[in-house]
Order: sequence, then C-alpha cells, then structure tokens
Amino acid sequence: MDLRLRGITHFYGDLEVLRDVDFGVEAGQIVCLIGPSGCGKSTLLRLLGGLERPAHGEILQLGAPPAGSLNPLTYVFQDFALLPWRTAAGNVSLVLEDHPLSRRERSEIVADVLARTKLSEFAQVLPRQLSGGMKQRVAIARALAVRPACLLMDEPLSALDSQTRELLLDDLVELWLRERFTACYVTHNLAEAVRLGHKVVVLSRRPGRIREIVEIDMPLEQRKHALAELQEQQSRLWELMREEAMAADRELADV
Amino acid sequence: MSDEALAERGAAGAAAPVARPVPFRGGGFAPRPMRLVGLVLFLVLLGLWELGSRTGWIGPLVLPAPTAVFEAFRQLVVSGQIWLHLGASLQRLLLGWFGGTLLGLLVGLAAGLFSMARAGVVPLVAALFPIPKIALLPLFIIWFGIGEESKVATILFGTFFPTVIAVYGGVDNVDRNLIRMGQSFGLSWLSIVRKIVLPGALPAILSGFRISAAIAIILLVAAEMIGAEYGIGAYILLAGNLMATDQLIAGVAILSMLGLAVSWLLGRAERYFLRWR
Ligand SMILES: Nc1ncnc2c1ncn2[C@@H]1O[C@H](COP(=O)(O)OP(=O)(O)OP(=O)(O)O)[C@@H](O)[C@H]1O
Ligand SMILES: [Mg+2]
Repeated sequence: MDLRLRGITHFYGDLEVLRDVDFGVEAGQIVCLIGPSGCGKSTLLRLLGGLERPAHGEILQLGAPPAGSLNPLTYVFQDFALLPWRTAAGNVSLVLEDHPLSRRERSEIVADVLARTKLSEFAQVLPRQLSGGMKQRVAIARALAVRPACLLMDEPLSALDSQTRELLLDDLVELWLRERFTACYVTHNLAEAVRLGHKVVVLSRRPGRIREIVEIDMPLEQRKHALAELQEQQSRLWELMREEAMAADRELADV
Repeated sequence: MSDEALAERGAAGAAAPVARPVPFRGGGFAPRPMRLVGLVLFLVLLGLWELGSRTGWIGPLVLPAPTAVFEAFRQLVVSGQIWLHLGASLQRLLLGWFGGTLLGLLVGLAAGLFSMARAGVVPLVAALFPIPKIALLPLFIIWFGIGEESKVATILFGTFFPTVIAVYGGVDNVDRNLIRMGQSFGLSWLSIVRKIVLPGALPAILSGFRISAAIAIILLVAAEMIGAEYGIGAYILLAGNLMATDQLIAGVAILSMLGLAVSWLLGRAERYFLRWR
C-alpha cells in the first residue's frame, strides 16, 4: 500500500500551518520528514494517520493494505505513550484486544513481536522499570503487533540520550532490512534522516511547504560504513534547512 | 574577584597550602519512617494523663483516667452493646458511602467525558458542594422521616459531591497522549474509557475516596445525634447527657479506630491498585 498526499493545506484557526504539500510514500520505503521547529511536521503526521482532517487537499491510500493488517496506519510516538499500569506484554496486548483474536493467537503475536524487538525477557516488566530506549522498543513492538502497512513515527528517538539513540537507530535499520516496513519518519536529526531515509522531504518554515525532496540511493545496509558520503548528504540537507531554521527561530521568538 | 586579589591568594596559598575538608551542607529534609517513636509518644501521653488523673490534677468529670475509659470500653464489649452500636453505624456508613460513591463515579465520569454533562454538572456541583450537608439533615428528616433513610441520605449526599469532583478532575488529568494513542490504534470508545481513562484517573479517584470517607464519618456521627437509638453517635450523645465522660471518651476512641481502619483499608487498596507507580 502506498500513501499519496495531494495539495495538503492546513490551518489552526487563522494560523496556516501547511501549504500545498505534495509527496508520496511508497511501500517498503522510509520517508524522512525534516523541517524547522513548528513547521507542521507533527501536524502532517496526524493528518496522515487520520487523527485530523486537512483543510484542503486529500490523502489517499493506493492499493489495499496487506492482508491481515489490523491497523494499516500505526503511530510510534516521541513520548512512547505506554500505559504505565500495564507490563510490556500488556501494552502490546492492549492494541490486539479489540480485534477478534483468540487468547492464544493474541499471546502468540505478543511473544513474536517482543522477540523481534529483543524484548522477550522484559515481557512482564512495567514501563517505569524500563529505560527510555527499552520503552521505545516496547512501543515499536506494539506498533508491529498490528501488522501496519505504514508506520508513522514522530521523532521516535528524540527523547533518548545519544548513545541509546545510536543503538536504537541500528536496531531500526536491522528491523527494516528484515521486514522492509514502510514508514514516514519525522525527525530533527539530520544524521537520522540520512541513515534511515530512502527519501528525505525537507519542509520550509511555517507554513510548511516542500523545499525539496532528496532521494538517497545508497542501500540502508551500506550506510553505517559510508559515513563520509552520508556526511555530504547531511551537509546538503543542512544547507537547505539552515536559513529556514534561522528564520523560524527568530519568528518563534517574536510570538 | 579581581586579578590582584587572586594573585595575592595564590601567593599566600603557595606559601602554606592548608588542607581542609569541604564542609558538609547536605542532609535533612528527608524524614525516614520510625514506627516506634509514634507509639512511645502515645504511651507517654497516656501515662501523663493517667498520672494527672490519679493525683487529682485532672478532675474525673472533666477527663476520666485512661483506665476508666478502658473500663467503660470493656463494659461496652462485655455487654455486647458495642456490636449493636457499631453494626448500626457501619450499616449507615456503608450504605451511604457506597451509594454516594457509585452515583458520584457515574456522574463524575459523565462530566469528564461528555461536554453536555460537564456543562450541566460542573456549575451545579460548584453551587451545592460548599453547603455543609448537616444543614440539610432537618430537610431530609422531613422528606424521609427520622429513621434510617434520612441518615443514609445525608451521608450519600455528602459523599456524592467530593466523589464527582475527584472523578472528573481525575479524568481531566489523564494524559491526552495516551488517549490519542488508543485512538490511533483504532481502540473502541469503550476500550479507551475502560483501559485508559479509568485506570489513568484511578489515583485521583482513590484520593477522592479518602476525602469522602472522612466526610462520611463526620456526617454519620452528626446524623446519629438526631433520633437514633443505636450508633456510635447516639452512644456519645447519650453519654454526654448523662455526664458519663468515660463512656463519651470511649465512644470517641471507637470513632478514631473506625477512621484508622478506613484509612488502612484505603491504603491497602491504593497499594494494590496503584502498584504500577
Ligand atoms: N492543536 C493545535 N491547535 C492550534 N495550533 C496548533 C495545534 N497543533 C499545532 N499547532 C501549531 O501548528 C504549528 C505546527 O505544529 P507542529 O507540532 O505540527 O510542528 P512541528 O513541525 O511538529 O514542530 P516540532 O519540530 O517542534 O515538533 C505550530 O506553530 C503549533 O503551535
Ligand atoms: Mg512535532
């Protein structure tokens, strides 16, 4: 299943947040979304997932989601959004409980996704006992449990310290290599964008328009060992963003 | 500090570097649990009180000796009267508190979830909550008669409002991101309420229970002082009328124990239901 955004414009009251945004997310691809603070990245993701309706334009699903997908558009949140009163396994199970699955099927899925995210031994642990990186792993496991057609990830690593971020980034790459999931990945971190993105969509400051769409052809598995070339891509992205970010910074100070 | 000053210090220090440990400034502000102290203080106070009564420094009519109070309490137990009083009181307390809490939960949840219910309930609660419910007891007696109903109604009414306030405040404070999360995974409305909103509001609801339980005990005693044959409040009132201060204090001690028992139970409930914290 592909996603296609056509002429998305969005307002909050009189505030124009997004203007005429147009791009596509193809199946099996990670699309990174970068842009200065407040340019409407999170808003765009909410629109993509159907949590809000765009003022103008349309968001289309092209083709049917894969058979057995319980929740085609699935979020991974910056703050993890785990229920503190449920264990890791309980949090994963939560999103399956509304679907017609037998108890056994459910616990099989839970065990499976926890294993895929290397969490099996933490199944019965409460979130408060887990480190930030582990919490985000649980959230990713929960997202995988519903067999999403497209993951919508809003700065999933920015609440973590840099070492944990690096580890989890490697895990995400590995996960993608195994599962070829589709994702729209919002980030502030250009290094993340060039490590993960097949395509990087650069938004301008508010109202967010598309500055440029950068395709990165290098296969994901090679990127870890080609940091010099990635650095080049990263500098190019930074050049694109620099002025916007500076202008956005000053704008926010005015408000 | 100016450069010369620093230079001077440096020169002086170089001559004779004095080693001193860094003075400790932390500590305190972290009370540790010390069970024994409370018990000892309690026993010391009792001892002083007993001593005061024995020496005649405290008049027996003003405040009977602890041993006299204990004797009155023993009489109450031996004669079996205590079960009549306690039974009557507990029945009123439980009926009133459960009724008020249940209604309060429903109304508070509605106010927390639906704009319409909130618009109606919140101003009403704001207007009615501050009324001391004891003031309504005479009215309830006119409505429901002098029997059990008016007493239960007073307690029910008194516990209803704080519960409503605690519940909708608790629902308001549930992390909206968690609710968003539930919606984004396509959870049904009922699942979101049952699995996200209610557990999220539970800490506030349970601390609301503490408040409503305390109010319930106050109202219980007040209600029992009007036209009740049995009940701890009635027992205390009768003792007062007979100037039997030993019985009176024994009744008050029973109330204290009742309050302690309730708060112990709620503490257990909190520990059980909020063990994820
Ligand atoms: N529900 C809302 N109501 C009103 N204004 C909103 C709402 N959500 C976001 N905004 C505004 O819309 C603009 C874009 O917000 P959004 O959160 O999408 O930006 P962002 O690109 O994700 O920013 P950041 O990089 O800080 O996460 C901001 O100016 C924000 O204040
Ligand atoms: Mg954002």
